Amino acid sequence: MIFNATRVTLAAAILGLSAMAAPAQDFTPENPECIAPANPGGGWDFTCRQVGKSLQDQGLIDKTMQVVNLAGGGGGVAFAEVVNKRGDDNDLIVAASSATATRLAQGAYPGNTTDQVRWLASIGADYGVIAVAADSDVDTLPALLDMIKADPTSVSVAGGSAVGGWDHLKVLIAANAYGIEDVRQVKYIAFDGGGEAVTQLLAGSVQAFTGDLSEAKGFVDSGDIKVIAVLAPERLDGEFAEFPTAREQGVDALGANWRGFYAPGGMSDAAYDSWVSKIGDLYASDEWKAVMEVNGLAPLDLQGADFQAFVMDSVSQIQQISREIGIIK
Amino acid sequence: METLSSLADGFAIALTWQNLLLALLGCFLGTIMGALPGLGPSNGVAILIPLAFTLGLGATPSLILLTSVYYGAMYGGRISSILLNIPGDEPAMMTCLDGYPMAKNGMAGQALSLSGIASFVGAFFATWGLIFLAPQLVKIALLFGPAEYFALFALAFMTLGGVSSTNQAKSAFAAALGLGLAMIGVDTQTGVPRFTFGEVHLYDGLDFLVAIVGLFALSEVFIFLEHRHGEADGSKSRLNIGRLTPTLSMLKETTPTMARSTVLGFVAGVLPGAGASLGSFISYSFEKRLVDKKKTFGKGDPRGVAAPEAGNNAAAGGALVPMLALGVPGSGTTAVLLAVLLSLNITPGPLLFSQNPDVVWGLIAALFIANFMLLAMNIPMVGLFTRLLMVPPRILMPIVAMVSFVGIYGISGSSFDLLVMIGFGVMGWVLRKLDVPLVPIILGTLLGNSMENNLRRAITIDNGNWFTLIDSPLSIVLWAIAIIGFLLPVFFGRKVKSRMHERGDEEGSITD
Repeated sequence: MIFNATRVTLAAAILGLSAMAAPAQDFTPENPECIAPANPGGGWDFTCRQVGKSLQDQGLIDKTMQVVNLAGGGGGVAFAEVVNKRGDDNDLIVAASSATATRLAQGAYPGNTTDQVRWLASIGADYGVIAVAADSDVDTLPALLDMIKADPTSVSVAGGSAVGGWDHLKVLIAANAYGIEDVRQVKYIAFDGGGEAVTQLLAGSVQAFTGDLSEAKGFVDSGDIKVIAVLAPERLDGEFAEFPTAREQGVDALGANWRGFYAPGGMSDAAYDSWVSKIGDLYASDEWKAVMEVNGLAPLDLQGADFQAFVMDSVSQIQQISREIGIIK
Repeated sequence: METLSSLADGFAIALTWQNLLLALLGCFLGTIMGALPGLGPSNGVAILIPLAFTLGLGATPSLILLTSVYYGAMYGGRISSILLNIPGDEPAMMTCLDGYPMAKNGMAGQALSLSGIASFVGAFFATWGLIFLAPQLVKIALLFGPAEYFALFALAFMTLGGVSSTNQAKSAFAAALGLGLAMIGVDTQTGVPRFTFGEVHLYDGLDFLVAIVGLFALSEVFIFLEHRHGEADGSKSRLNIGRLTPTLSMLKETTPTMARSTVLGFVAGVLPGAGASLGSFISYSFEKRLVDKKKTFGKGDPRGVAAPEAGNNAAAGGALVPMLALGVPGSGTTAVLLAVLLSLNITPGPLLFSQNPDVVWGLIAALFIANFMLLAMNIPMVGLFTRLLMVPPRILMPIVAMVSFVGIYGISGSSFDLLVMIGFGVMGWVLRKLDVPLVPIILGTLLGNSMENNLRRAITIDNGNWFTLIDSPLSIVLWAIAIIGFLLPVFFGRKVKSRMHERGDEEGSITD
């Protein structure tokens, strides 16, 4: 028995050695795992599950990606878990989005900062829109912003996120770009989700809506609201092409709710590069284009160092605006 | 016509083997929960939430299971009222008044089947009421801006104490406690964390499901641990059930009573906050005033059995109307159901009917199916349930504890939530010792954030002008109902309360 046990240990050690040697050239995750920092059903959960499934379908990973839902603190519980307990896990990726960057920028994950993790890649973006009720007199973004400029109390803008959250910041970015100096004057009303905000827009309680394209689309189709600006660099494809961008109306404002991943800060370079190239390959595939189209995701093609820089930039931009409106000091 | 075709679609959804089995299971478990003294509809649903999540059910099947439990518990409550003179749940309290005397006169079987039929009539017509009223309410839902929602929430809280509570001050305390608990977490209006003590688990606030299961299910276990030998064990002298079908003349006599009580109960159910206890109470007292010429009420009058049962089951259906159409629960149990909906990522309210019609109509169809199942279960099989009343709590309670822990861990996978649940269990136990009702706490925790947010939205939209709260006819009407609902019981409630109180038992602190 002892002999046997020794042999098994030895064999395991050799296997282990070879397993450790292999990733130096080409890393393959043994037990790929994706943490969705929210309950099943939301955007982060979708990011993990859809990417996990597509990676496996295309043979980029051998095993099924295990999706773990770790909800709490708007992603803060998962962030703290990754930083504190799983800091050097090479098999782990975590779903993230603009909301993650916003909370990091505003210090809403106590004790955690952007540079504690490695940012991997984006898989697409949901561009921000500003909309009004279908029967509103306002037809363009400058017209709405002029009203705010003339009398800030006359326009209430509704959105689905908290004050200081991404929906709020989008309006402020637009207002700032239009030359409204004191963005704090812009009256923003926070609702629980975009649906409720649109309902109140239809009820006439508020005059404008800020949200993501994907959540506004259903209401545009039903003829309830009209989109006066998309915060994208240029007009989008397909059925979204009819929406004017803020840029072409002379308001240089961009607002993308991106979706992507980060990895533990102590992940090895080999593993990091391997994950970056896997997600990059996935992004480039036609199958992923189809997934993006079905789910209303617009292109945002950033991997590795580019993505890292993009996240850092957006965090500092959010910090600047948050400071201006007094959310952080 | 559109409504009827939607309903037909709903039946197509509900009539799958899985859903039918879930409805059957829900009806059966619900009837037992209702019949067991202490376990009312709120606890029944709360205890089975973890089960629904552990089974990994989708939104519609979960709701079918839980609303079947809800309807089942409304049916089951009468069994122990009639046989033991202990209300199985609070709405069944009024059924004791005439049900137990009937049983003592050797007419237990007739009382049980008559009340079963009355329950069916109440629930059946209330479901039709739900079908026609809820979509209408959705149409006027756009009249509800933040100010009107705030008035509606205030109405829910102000009528909550109402007739059913033993002590309005305690209800108010419980509601305030619930509102306070709701403040925990990141404030969605400003993004500032409140009462979180830097604990990241508290940033999202307390999970109401954890609170509900702790308060209702675990506190039940603690109460049992304290009493050890369930006092219900000894008190069961065998009653002669007698004839199981009511006579035709009895049915004829009680038909107008059922009709009137159904209408009254439904209206009481639709009003937010009031719920089934009010439904059965109003129905009973109204019938008594109207038809009790020979002073037979309270001595075993069949009409005194039919009225509260039709009333409370109609109220159960009515309470679903504001919950589905506006997202404001009409009673304690629907507050629990609302929490379930929210955690299934379905937001009740005006958009529910257009975005998740399958959920709404599948649910309504399931209510009809459950109702027929319950009628079938409750007339011929009533003997089975009377025997189940004898299940000793020492077997029941460990099951409740196990389901609570496994279920909550299954939902969130967080051991922190288990600690919170135990905390709530202890709190529930203490509060029940102090005779503080638990439902206002849940309502407070559940509605507190929405209420606060709507207040702040209304004020912000109108640039800090508080009069915006009474600026529309709708909000003035809502405030008027709220004030009347709050003051009436204060002035006229004493007599009523003493009456209900003497029938109450130590479980009376769980109100619906």
